[in-house]
Formats: sequence, structure tokens, C-alpha cells
Amino acid sequence: MNWGSASEFFAMGGYGLYVWGSYGITAALIGAELWLAQRRRQRALREALAAASAGAQP
Amino acid sequence: MSSQRLRLFTFAAPSRFYSLSGSLLPWLWAAAALLAAIGLYLGFFVAPTDAQQGESYRIIFIHVPAAWMSMVIYLAMAAWAAIGWVFNARMASMLARALAPSGMVFTLIALATGSFWGKPAWGTWWVWDARLTSELILLFLYVGYIALVEAIDDVRRADHAGALLAIVGAVNVPVIYFSVRWWNTLHQGATITMSAAPKMQSTMLIAMLLLTFAFWAYAFAVVFVRARAIVLEREQDAEWVRGLASAARRAA
Repeated sequence: MNWGSASEFFAMGGYGLYVWGSYGITAALIGAELWLAQRRRQRALREALAAASAGAQP
Repeated sequence: MSSQRLRLFTFAAPSRFYSLSGSLLPWLWAAAALLAAIGLYLGFFVAPTDAQQGESYRIIFIHVPAAWMSMVIYLAMAAWAAIGWVFNARMASMLARALAPSGMVFTLIALATGSFWGKPAWGTWWVWDARLTSELILLFLYVGYIALVEAIDDVRRADHAGALLAIVGAVNVPVIYFSVRWWNTLHQGATITMSAAPKMQSTMLIAMLLLTFAFWAYAFAVVFVRARAIVLEREQDAEWVRGLASAARRAA
């Protein structure tokens, strides 16, 4: 175990800003990408549904 | 006969991809989450403090895997774009388009985490050295590819134009990889090479490899999600998409 306490863990030996900045940006970018990709697929599915039902009842 | 088989193959591919990727997705998400959790645990709680860089080195667990992904995804994108162009294979072109945003995200992660590492290690957020500059060019290539294919309305023409850009830009990938050997740069040399033992303590190495596999699984999953969206957008009038839609209506 590397850390004596939670505050030691968050301080990262004085490099907290850099380490947590890196992990924070990574999490934010991956989260945004995931959200956009899922939203795009849901919209595509919705539109395919609408197109199919429009074709069924002209 | 062979042309008929080819047509059958190209028409069947998107529907087959759609169902296959759909059944793989839960496993990919689970693998990504599990590998990331174990990798981060090892990286933060088991791997010791670095003698030279203190705790700041812990950025390596995402920086190096993200940088690898940014290059691998570019090559995959260029390869699929080329296959889509040469063989007129629609699914290949769709995969190339689905890969681009993920490659861009990993390039951004590599650049941002590199900057956060460079500040304590070199005393600067950014330098115009060969490694950093060529990685920045990779970002511009991704942005350029996405902008180009989105700007052209004719889907097939957009795919072909994008393929040309992706293939020409692929020359940048070996430049990035070998930049630390070809030029004197501030960036350190390769940590892991094919020819020599890794210059890293083994827990650090295992944590980094676990995060690499986590990124691989994540990249497959998110690219599949995006590719499935693209398939639905393009194949809206196909019989199998209508079948899918009516099945979804029955289930609702």
C-alpha cells in the first residue's frame, strides 16, 4: 500500500494537479465520446423506426 | 457467378455486422471496465513511487496506452478506408468513419496527459519537438478527415475522398513512432520495444498493459456503437432494417 491516508492519496506527493488533471481530462473525454456515440445510435434507431412505419402506412 | 457472390457478400455485410457487434458489445463493455479497474488498482495502490519522477509518473498508465491507440486506430482507419475504396465494400468505409472520432479522442488524451506530465518533468506544458509536433499533426489529420467526409453530401464520394486523405496521412504514423530516435527530442525514448526488455518495473508494466487492453476493449465497443449508428443511417431503406424496426415496435 502506497498511501497512509486519503489526503496523501489525493496529494500524489505534490503532483496532485498533474496526475488528477490527466485522469480527469481522460474521464471527461471518454464520457463525452460515449454519450455522443450512444445518442447518435439512439437517434438513428428512432429515425429508422419512423421511416419504417411511414413506409408501412403511406 | 463471382459477381453475384460479391454482391451478395457486400449486401449481407452490414446486417451481419449489426447483429454480430450487438452481441459482442456487453462483453466488450465488461472487459473494458474490469481491465481498467484492475489496472488502476495496480497502478495506484501496488506500483511503487518512481525514484526519479515521484508520483507524477502515474500518468504513464493512461498516457502511453492512449498514444498507442491514437496511432493504431489511425492505421486501422486508413486500412478500412482503403479497402472500402478499392473493393467498394460499404461496411469497410463505414468502419473507417466510425474509427475517426475515437482516434481523435485518444490523440487528445495523449496530448493532454503528455502536457500534464511535461509540466512537472520538463518545466513546460508544450515544446515544438518532433514527437509532440507529429502527434499534433495526427490530431489535425483526424479533424481533417472528419471535416472532409462530413462536408461532402454524396456518401460514396465522401468515403473515397476521406480514404485518399487517410492513406496519404498514414505516412505520419511511422514519423511519430520513430521521432524519438530520428531526432533529438525532449520526449523520452520508447519504454517498450520489440527488441529489448522493457525499461520498467514489472508492476508498472502490468498496470500499463492492463490499461492498454482496457482501452482496446473500450475502443472496439464505442466504435461498434458508432458503426451501428452509421449502418442504420445509411441502410434505412433496407429490408433488414425495416424488419428490425418492426421487431422493435412489437417489443415496445
